[in-house]
Amino acid sequence: MSTPATTDIKPAPAAPPPIEKIKIKVDGREIEVPKMMPDWQGKPQPTTMLQACQLAAQEVPHYCYHPKLPIAGNCRMCLVEFGTPAMGPDRKPVLNEDGSSKIAKSVLPYEPGTPRGAIACATPISPGMEIYPNSPATKQMREAVLESLLINHPLDCPICDQAGECKLQEYSVEHGQSQSHFVEAKVHKPKAVDLGPRIVLDDERCILCTRCIRFTKDIAGDDALGIVNRGSYSTIAAWKEGAFDNNYTLNTVDLCPVGALTSKDFRFQMRVWFMKETKSLCTSCGTGCNVIVGSREEKVYRYEPRQNDAVNSTWMCDSGRLNYKWINRDDRLKDVVVRGQKSTWAAALKEISEKLAKAASGSVAVLASARQTNEELYLLSKLAKKLGAVTDSVPRVGEGDKLLVSADKNSNTNGAKLTGIASAEMGSNLKKIADGIRSGAIKTLVVFGEDVTKHGIGADLLAKLETIIVSDILPNATTATAHILLPGCAHAEKRGSFTNVKGRVQKFMKAVEPKGDARSEWEVLHELVHNVTGQNGFSSIEGLFNQMAKEVPAFAGLEWAKLGDTGVTVPI
Amino acid sequence: MSFTVPAKLEAEIDELISHYPQKRSASLMLLHAVQEHFGYISHDATEWIAKKLELQPINIYELVTFYPMFRQEPAGRHQIKVCRTLSCALGGSHKLHDHFCTKLGLDAHKHGLQTTPDGKFSVEFVECLAACGTAPVMMCNDDFHEGVTSQKADEILGGCK
Repeated sequence: MSTPATTDIKPAPAAPPPIEKIKIKVDGREIEVPKMMPDWQGKPQPTTMLQACQLAAQEVPHYCYHPKLPIAGNCRMCLVEFGTPAMGPDRKPVLNEDGSSKIAKSVLPYEPGTPRGAIACATPISPGMEIYPNSPATKQMREAVLESLLINHPLDCPICDQAGECKLQEYSVEHGQSQSHFVEAKVHKPKAVDLGPRIVLDDERCILCTRCIRFTKDIAGDDALGIVNRGSYSTIAAWKEGAFDNNYTLNTVDLCPVGALTSKDFRFQMRVWFMKETKSLCTSCGTGCNVIVGSREEKVYRYEPRQNDAVNSTWMCDSGRLNYKWINRDDRLKDVVVRGQKSTWAAALKEISEKLAKAASGSVAVLASARQTNEELYLLSKLAKKLGAVTDSVPRVGEGDKLLVSADKNSNTNGAKLTGIASAEMGSNLKKIADGIRSGAIKTLVVFGEDVTKHGIGADLLAKLETIIVSDILPNATTATAHILLPGCAHAEKRGSFTNVKGRVQKFMKAVEPKGDARSEWEVLHELVHNVTGQNGFSSIEGLFNQMAKEVPAFAGLEWAKLGDTGVTVPI
Repeated sequence: MSFTVPAKLEAEIDELISHYPQKRSASLMLLHAVQEHFGYISHDATEWIAKKLELQPINIYELVTFYPMFRQEPAGRHQIKVCRTLSCALGGSHKLHDHFCTKLGLDAHKHGLQTTPDGKFSVEFVECLAACGTAPVMMCNDDFHEGVTSQKADEILGGCK
């Protein structure tokens, strides 16, 4: 993964060495491209024809090539016709009458009239090279490759999960033929193979691009897959059925350009063209992998990784990917509840505002989850400052790995620290709050998104409090004791930003509507802060974020709009 | 694992591995050695070889399934290999193969190696045995036979005890 871009001011780096460029022609248009470009590991390697075509905005269809995997060159889909400057016997370029270089097109050695293509993904460019990504010969090669790939394909798109996001479908429409010439019997291969606990394999749909093999070997570090048998019978397989079980297996479903590898969780649940795609973040740990939330009619169906080279490249872990079901749970908190009675936001907020405004300094404690957004934590810390409240968050430490999973299971630990809600050593104030309640000094407890009974503030202590104000998403022991209960939003139901373990501030968008009466916490807090402190705030997330950036030193200089899709790193 | 390799074979295998700068390069040699000793390459043998070479079993399994000469099931005591590459195919190798199958009660149209129920004979087609001038040619175990007629085939079968 490349080094994240930073916005903080650094001593001016030494001027980078000038990038060596090569002049080539793509589809008749002259273009200058760098001589070297990053390979799958980010190391500079000679630029390939495929990369050059991409720079020239010419799409070259491909299956096995993936920018983040080693090159295999086995699908042959990216074959293109090309030519290089002709050399005379004197090793000098042969010139046309107008003085331009004569181009010798690549042809079959034994049949000089027939163009010979090269695979664009693995062929480096050379000065003066001409690439013809749209020539009749290129088109013919593509047609032939597609026809060969489809020979044994079952053509079962109507029942295939990949339909709608299948490269075989797309390229067949674009470059294929409408009819098959194939009259022989198709080779039959294993169907519905239980490859692992989360993956099903249909070997008949497979085009043997080996993306899955390369991913699991070279990225996930689990050399679990291979090709067994030979020729027309070649088949992707694991050593034993169900043995493909590491925490990154579902990435192979994204990588699979066809419908061979499908996710047990998602298959047959929803047609991809019905789904709305929303840019969001994974909240399962502090890494903050960028995701796309697939939803339809206010229901979340899947997470897919979204490319961010500063955070997660193009991958995400299986546990994070499948951790969305709680959003759709039936027992989500949907109502504002005041002392056991269903109430309204207006009434509840009025009561809270009056209570907090009257509260003596130091009689309130605020416990906010480090899974809340930066904006919410900022508003809570504003509120706490006004009330002279003791504040803290709950640390969550689990197991991390070398690739993406962080040992920090809070999605916004750094946000909680930078906004000042969490104590310097997160969780160290919990005891102070418990002692305060025990001694009677703390009379009001405000809890956002945590079950405090699990963190040293048991039911006996909660019973001593005059007022317990709780905002949460799912019911727990704390929400059960709340005097005022406010239903909160899952991150997929609101907008906001998180600061990941490396200090990357990233924003996420709203995919689905909140359940029942639930409202975004930041909207609620904005009202409360206004009522209690008398200060005006911003009622839009953009304004709120920009205000926070002005007031929280660590976020200085940030703007909502400038976060872009992939965020900005701040010093932590 | 019920699979055990005798010390002598293991010493031989260790020696084979030492021929290569990378352990993985010895994969095919090990497969040959194991098949020669046990007659076939079992599931357990694949796992054993993978462990020996510090690889995953799938890496070895790819090879076992790729090469037709590696067997995953035991073959008969006498293995009859009939060449079917061009010269022999023209010279009557299919007829010869048919003859063996009929004689031994096997289905000539079935793909791959076939073994008689008593485990005495296996018949299979193989590719070129490098004696195109005397087609059709065949091997019975390690013995090479050229210009094999039906009569000669019967003699070969008769010679197998």
